[in-house]
Amino acid sequence: MQVTLKIRRFNPEKDQEPWWGEYKFDAEPTDRLLDALNHVKWHVDGTLTFRRSCAHGVCGSDAMLINGKNGLACKLLLKNLGSKITIEPMRGFRVIKDLLVDMEAFFDKYRSIKPYFITRSPEPEKERLQSSEQRQKYDDTTKCILCGACTTSCPSFWANPDYVGPAAIVNAHRFIFDSRDEGEEERLSVLNLNEGVWRCRTIFNCVEACPRGINVTRAIGEIKKALLLRKI
Amino acid sequence: MGKISKYVTYRGQEGQWSWLLHRITGIGVFLFLLAHILDTAMIGWGPRIYNETMAIYRHPLFRIGEVILAGAVLYHALNGVRIIIIDFWPESNAAQKKYFYAVVVLFTLIFVPAAIYMMAWMTK
Repeated sequence: MQVTLKIRRFNPEKDQEPWWGEYKFDAEPTDRLLDALNHVKWHVDGTLTFRRSCAHGVCGSDAMLINGKNGLACKLLLKNLGSKITIEPMRGFRVIKDLLVDMEAFFDKYRSIKPYFITRSPEPEKERLQSSEQRQKYDDTTKCILCGACTTSCPSFWANPDYVGPAAIVNAHRFIFDSRDEGEEERLSVLNLNEGVWRCRTIFNCVEACPRGINVTRAIGEIKKALLLRKI
Repeated sequence: MGKISKYVTYRGQEGQWSWLLHRITGIGVFLFLLAHILDTAMIGWGPRIYNETMAIYRHPLFRIGEVILAGAVLYHALNGVRIIIIDFWPESNAAQKKYFYAVVVLFTLIFVPAAIYMMAWMTK
């Protein structure tokens, strides 16, 4: 099939304003969008810049705004995107070059919710046991790959870049609802701040954007409820 | 990228549109309430001034505005219930699109007859 990629290009060293680059070529309908981007980079214009690593929807490097909606370039097939595909960098992050965005603040927020086990009770003799029901409570939020698709689809985040954002909250949920973890107080106190979970307006763009199918808004809702009722 | 345009150019779905409508109707109702506080305050200057102010609301433009206001209040109320359900029962989130369509159906069922009734003066 013939595809036309319309890519929002920007090189801060050369360009005053972002511009649209159009690239027309033949591709297999079963090719992924990442293959098409690689085709442009390898055979048409080597200056095209974007992140990619594993290329199999696991590392979370190639999230971008595809046809007006966030997704991973490596998980979308050309036949499902149509013959003219518009690609922009994720919104709300500073563009470093083309589709490459500065995610430093994003990871700062991720670190702010302490994404690691916190325990105070004395170490048990063997491992810390957990029933499958207890594991089930946070199963959904273990799937996050930190691609940023949810956070940059969120109107609350666009309006206020200080909002901790869905991705950080999902990762907080993963620990808060883990029966073995004992750090819920410190995590909840971060999420109860002005820039915490209460900025969520249940718009559900994050749920639509998540390439891992996480029900992000539900996870945020469970934390809101835990804060309100002081019960996990 | 313009500040406002990103809110409408992102291809969000039911959730995004329900939220945008909720915001717009909320601002609309708020602006009416401000005007309403002012017009009610006119009573302080006596019945004549008050009655003259209230007469403005009988202007055709305001009577059409009244229908739009009723629609805004109705949508805001119905979607407000949807948001309350979503907020207090996070496990119901998976059904949020169905709730939105329920809001649309209920809105149509209530608003269409109400609007016809409110616009009846036009045909007289």
